[in-house]
Amino acid sequence: MTRDIAVVAFAQSDIRRTTEESSEVEMLMPVLHDVLHRTGLKTADIGFTCSGSSDYLAGRAFSFTLALDGVGAWPPISESHVEMDGAWALYEAWVKLRTGDADTALVYAYGKSSPGHLRDVLTRQLDPYYVAPLWPDSVALAALQAQALIDAGDTDERELAEIAARSRRAATLNPHAQQRGSHPQGDYVVTPLRHGDCPPIGDGAAAVILAAGDRARELCDRPAWIRGIDHRIEAHSLGVRDLTDSPSTRLAAEKAGAFERPVDTAELHAPFTSQEVVLRKALKLDDSVRVNLSGGALAANPVMAAGLIRIGEAATRVHRGEADRALAHATSGPCLQQNLVAVLEGDPR
Amino acid sequence: MLKAPLVVEFPFTRSLGPVQSAFLTGLRERTVLGVRTTDGRVLVPPVEYDPVTAEELRDLVEVAPTGTVTTWAHNPAPRRDQPLATPFAWALIRLDGADTALLHAVDADTVHTGMRVRIRWADDREGAITDIACFEPYDGPAPELTGHSGEFADPVTGIVAPARLDYTYSPGRAQTAYITALSQQRTVGERCPRCRKVYVPPRGACPTCGVATAEQVEVGPHGTVTTFCVVNIKAKNLDIEVPYVYGHIALDGADLALHGRIAGIPYDQVRMGLRVEPVWTEGARYPDHYRPTGEPDADYDTYKELL
Repeated sequence: MTRDIAVVAFAQSDIRRTTEESSEVEMLMPVLHDVLHRTGLKTADIGFTCSGSSDYLAGRAFSFTLALDGVGAWPPISESHVEMDGAWALYEAWVKLRTGDADTALVYAYGKSSPGHLRDVLTRQLDPYYVAPLWPDSVALAALQAQALIDAGDTDERELAEIAARSRRAATLNPHAQQRGSHPQGDYVVTPLRHGDCPPIGDGAAAVILAAGDRARELCDRPAWIRGIDHRIEAHSLGVRDLTDSPSTRLAAEKAGAFERPVDTAELHAPFTSQEVVLRKALKLDDSVRVNLSGGALAANPVMAAGLIRIGEAATRVHRGEADRALAHATSGPCLQQNLVAVLEGDPR
Repeated sequence: MLKAPLVVEFPFTRSLGPVQSAFLTGLRERTVLGVRTTDGRVLVPPVEYDPVTAEELRDLVEVAPTGTVTTWAHNPAPRRDQPLATPFAWALIRLDGADTALLHAVDADTVHTGMRVRIRWADDREGAITDIACFEPYDGPAPELTGHSGEFADPVTGIVAPARLDYTYSPGRAQTAYITALSQQRTVGERCPRCRKVYVPPRGACPTCGVATAEQVEVGPHGTVTTFCVVNIKAKNLDIEVPYVYGHIALDGADLALHGRIAGIPYDQVRMGLRVEPVWTEGARYPDHYRPTGEPDADYDTYKELL
């Protein structure tokens, strides 16, 4: 069954260093109410619900079940969860809508990084035989990639600092961002990455509503139609990969139709400055494309929600008529391990 | 707002396949093994399936304990459980004879891409990646290989990978209020503004309506047993004689039953509708158990919605 699916609403929380006064569901619920309010839908009207989050952030098994209270899971609803960024939950919801099983979907994602030590927590997603026992943290792995780029002549520290500054300057217009405006590059965290090259650690939540065909037109003046969406993964071993490239991003973009016509806007999920260099190359983005007008993950990187926020930010620009064809990218895992690309378009004006 | 340390520790026991077993046993014996792909490349560390073609790989081949740094990252502040406690460099290292790189630590103040290094073996080796203590700078020739076949008399077949993550857990607003009230031997729930049901323990949301709950309502202390079971198997480290009764108890004023142990009555006399009250022990943060109040049993219709 072929039918058009669109993002019709997006909401996100303010991303903050800590939200210890709230449980996950308490943090999430205002965002769910906000996104439903934008469409006039009630939870009972939603055909399918899908979420993304991680037990390792919460330090507790099946942690997503408590957050489920926030969507009114009784009486039973049609629901699913991915232990990944919410962008992958959106992919699952998109598939569900494509099958015709539902006309609307609520996708949400949340992450509270503040209770644990995020750099250590993320080591638990690594190969448990050869890599995880060494506890290489997320910044260290990104730094290996950054050094490979510098050695290859693809970038230098000055360019990385410019990416950091441009992102946080853009974030001054984003009321939800955590780091806005001027921010010193600071000392090395793990050479060659300085503080400014790394994303802030923060808590936050985001939600999106998808709708199919005419239902989308009823719910939104200018739906952001998903023209293509695809996700791909790199080889598991870091030492097998060429860290200066992202063939999985390029392939996902190709399958999503990103190269068929130019995009005017791109939201890239690049938590580290060096990763934007890789993604721009893989996605063949030139200076005519407005990249990360939201500030991107360097301004706010709530783990598990930051990828969904990229899709939401891109869609919002289509809704407002500020973009006609936007690319949204999400990543998961070390050194751009897994990559998702969506192409969003507004109706011709 | 309540906060408390929360430590999650688990010793993951993992089985090894033939390739991983050979590689990790080799490390125990100071021998490094890779695996050869059908197009002739040697992958180190070895994997069981070709990352490009997904073909099964079993052709083990020895490589040198010396190699070349392909990329690196200096780590000025080592974190707990990392290979070295003093500043070191992370590196991807292509061992001599290999076509792919291994991630490990290099014990050196300055590292550069192209730098020559060799393995520093751990004193105590057990068949794990940490049998390589780290790498160290080395500018001599690659040592001669023994031509090891990958067959070992006493191969390791598994690893135990201990993990520990430290958190500072905060239960949030609603559950903090609940726990704080319990410390005063009171039980508070929250009422849903839409369906008016009182949830206990409160989690800040009505799971039926999907709306925030905020209005606090004190419930109990008396309640009604809505259902129960008799436990006949003694749990490890549990200091309660079996058989005992574990039940669902709807506290007066609550629209959700919570659970607790029922005592102060022979186990075979516990019944649905039994009226109970909490029993607090000195300094406890929650009721030790519930005991009969002596009131007449509750009528089934008063709790049938709470089963």
